[in-house]
Amino acid sequence: MKLDVLYFAWVRERIGLAKEQIDTEATTVMDLVRELEAREERYAAAFADISALRVAVDQELTDFEASLSGVREVAFFPPMTGG
Amino acid sequence: MRVLVQSEPFDFGKEAQDFASGHHTMGAIVTFTGIVRDLADGSLDRMVIEHYPGMTQKALNKISEQAMERWNLGDVLVIHRTGDLAPGDMIMMVATAAPHRKDAFEAAEYLMDYLKSRAPFWKQEFTSDGAKWVAAKQDDEDALTRW
Repeated sequence: MKLDVLYFAWVRERIGLAKEQIDTEATTVMDLVRELEAREERYAAAFADISALRVAVDQELTDFEASLSGVREVAFFPPMTGG
Repeated sequence: MRVLVQSEPFDFGKEAQDFASGHHTMGAIVTFTGIVRDLADGSLDRMVIEHYPGMTQKALNKISEQAMERWNLGDVLVIHRTGDLAPGDMIMMVATAAPHRKDAFEAAEYLMDYLKSRAPFWKQEFTSDGAKWVAAKQDDEDALTRW
């Protein structure tokens, strides 16, 4: 399946991309993370400490165990600092 | 309920005035405004707020709807800026209208606590030493447990 994957703040900087389309068979967010980590060092560096990251699936905050079934968009970013 | 995400400045006085007028059954209006705070040594040149355009509006709508469900409120206003800001600039405001002040105060605090750590904004500070992402504070995360 084709997924839009988005990166924000220092995750975007570390990976060097704001958005990419990925063709993947990953079934959960964690599967997708492992697949990305295995690609290149910059991904491995960005995902080195999962506890420092947050994830949204189809623009809703969720956790790394979330299913990717029927999902179109996944976003990775650091903890938010609004307000 | 009104939720605005914008790069332009907003007129706090006008927004507060507009929000407060026309609510004849609301006895209490609470407003909160967040300001870009300079660093302790006065070295902040500017702040840039990045956000997740598709998600930001939805997340703020959801937080505002939750506040409307949880407290006896007549109205909620949230304005949050993105992009380039200078020390002293207003970053955001929330306003709540309720028949009684307790609901208005509590709902405003709830909105602030949630939009600090559950709305997709990221602050970056620029000084002569370069750029630095603002780290999320554990206190802000802990603040959610009281709700």
